[in-house]
Amino acid sequence: MIVELADLAFDEGAHLLVDRGLREAERIEVRGTAPTLAVDLPAWCRARGHDVARTEQGFAIVRGSADRWRGAERAGQVDAPAEHAPARWGLAARGALVEAGAPELDLPLADKDELWADEAARLYAQAAAAQWDPATAIPWDAPISHPDEVEDAIVQIMTYLIENETAALLVPARFLGRVHPHFREIVQLLAIQTADEARHIEVFTRRARLRRGTLGLSTAGGQASLATLFDEPTFAIASFLLSVLGEGSFLSLLWFIREHAPDLCTREVARLAAQDEARHVAFGLAHLQRHVATDPALRDQLAAAIEHRHAALAHTAGLNAEVFDALILLAAGSWSPADLRRGHAAVVDLQRTMDDGRKQRLARLGFSPERGAALSALHTRNFM
Amino acid sequence: MARELILGAVAYDAKVVPIWEGFRAFFGANGLPFDFVLYSNYERQVAAHLRGDFDVAWNSPLAWLQAERAAAKHGRRAEAIAMRDTDRDLTSVVLVRAESGVRELRDLAGKAVGVGAHDSPQATLIPLAAIAEAGVEVRAVHNDVLVGKHGDHIGGERDAVRALLAGTVDAACVIDGNRLAFAREGLFAPNALRVVHQTAPYDHCNFTILDGAPTELIGKFRELLLAMSYDDPQLRPLLDMEGLKAWLPGRTTGYAALARAIERFGTIDAWLASVR
Repeated sequence: MIVELADLAFDEGAHLLVDRGLREAERIEVRGTAPTLAVDLPAWCRARGHDVARTEQGFAIVRGSADRWRGAERAGQVDAPAEHAPARWGLAARGALVEAGAPELDLPLADKDELWADEAARLYAQAAAAQWDPATAIPWDAPISHPDEVEDAIVQIMTYLIENETAALLVPARFLGRVHPHFREIVQLLAIQTADEARHIEVFTRRARLRRGTLGLSTAGGQASLATLFDEPTFAIASFLLSVLGEGSFLSLLWFIREHAPDLCTREVARLAAQDEARHVAFGLAHLQRHVATDPALRDQLAAAIEHRHAALAHTAGLNAEVFDALILLAAGSWSPADLRRGHAAVVDLQRTMDDGRKQRLARLGFSPERGAALSALHTRNFM
Repeated sequence: MARELILGAVAYDAKVVPIWEGFRAFFGANGLPFDFVLYSNYERQVAAHLRGDFDVAWNSPLAWLQAERAAAKHGRRAEAIAMRDTDRDLTSVVLVRAESGVRELRDLAGKAVGVGAHDSPQATLIPLAAIAEAGVEVRAVHNDVLVGKHGDHIGGERDAVRALLAGTVDAACVIDGNRLAFAREGLFAPNALRVVHQTAPYDHCNFTILDGAPTELIGKFRELLLAMSYDDPQLRPLLDMEGLKAWLPGRTTGYAALARAIERFGTIDAWLASVR
């Protein structure tokens, strides 16, 4: 086989033609007119382990036996994740041909059953399409005409939301770095989930500061509740407690704020955050449904996790009274006894809605109505 | 503990440490107790080798000639037992700027030629000898990056090319592969420099032993070395770092040009006289 380089030199890319020739044939003859060819071609062949000799019209090359790609392995199939992703696939794109000997990364979440949800790609695409810009999506200049103390209640609720969303950002972020990137859709979804939470933290902070220079209260009990999420080392359990139970309850809370907040800006902040949270809950439910289907014993572990968390939080106050009262005042919108009665009833109703939602989600994970009701009742009083 | 085979090598770059640590692990895992000693320059290494401080040296071509000649002084014999595939049949080139009026070596008479370190076989001694053998007298401008390392550090060659590009010298001498490497770094544009001379092929480094080396250990060392396969993913990074695809038996037929050069320039005369 003859490879014609014309006047293309090795410092202009001639090696591509030679490489292509050597892929097709073990012996090739290379011809060219670049003035440096006689210097560059033998040096290039030497470095690559090919034999080279001058011929009448050019150079004869015999392909060397060294082959970096001998023993290389495909990192699964591009469209279908493997049941288990070995550490040796490392950061390679799913479906890439991986050279043997790549460093093995510490990526302990590497089993499909632990992580996967068939809905992940769809949820990620939805999330990517639904990203909103806090600067333009929220009517920051909408009029605020409610009483000062209702504004204080809103600031307290925002303070509480920021704290909880910080946990909702950091908990998946900590797992994100441990998920084998072979499960690309899961990594993408967790990444966009943390980005969602980052945006929520921003808009809740901005809403709190619209009329106030300081934020509200953060209680030891609230933080203790969130700390139990932080300490959970198992992805399935953390995801269950955070997404299915916590963010699920939060969804009801955000809908409540959207319905009852006195100003448009607060209602919009809650509405947009709820859209995102709904996806987080959907992913948590989807991968746990799949996981429970393959490993029914997981259900008992999930139940035990709720019980364990309940016991760990038994000595704490749960939801701080200030948040509870702030929610009543928000829903009431004024200090009139009639409005307060209505506000109080709305918050009681909110708790019932949260409980119903938890029971429904527990039922989707295969818990009986009785077991679901008992477990839902043990959920943290801090909501998240 | 079984007797270890000790290798001497020159630390011309920080990567030398992981390279020999990698070899130490490889030999150890294959039943050859192995350790290494690093020297800051080849002269010290050759002297230590003659003293018997270690068993086998990873020698530059100049250090090979130093070892061979110093050993001969005492009636001893040096042997090259293995080398890289990439140590065989190198050439050096003399570069000029494309627009230069220099068309052949003769045109360099009286001109400034940028070369590598004083003791670089490939970027100084061999090309300067080739120029001298052509009957041309030039003014050599040395770029002494890390003298004692025998040009293993390519900084001197790069500086020579920089000087050529800056117009402070009329030509520059580099090893053939570095011309391409520097072009790929973007040091100069394609066609910015012209090759006016390419030397005859010569050989580079080798593993050197002296008579009296522990035969069995050396035999095992050489056997393991020649069996190292680029296909082995554990060894490949090591071979990549050291710049080879396969180890080959040593040969000493490729050092004649360098021998002529050091005789012409008296490069190692003073050292040879001083070494015991």
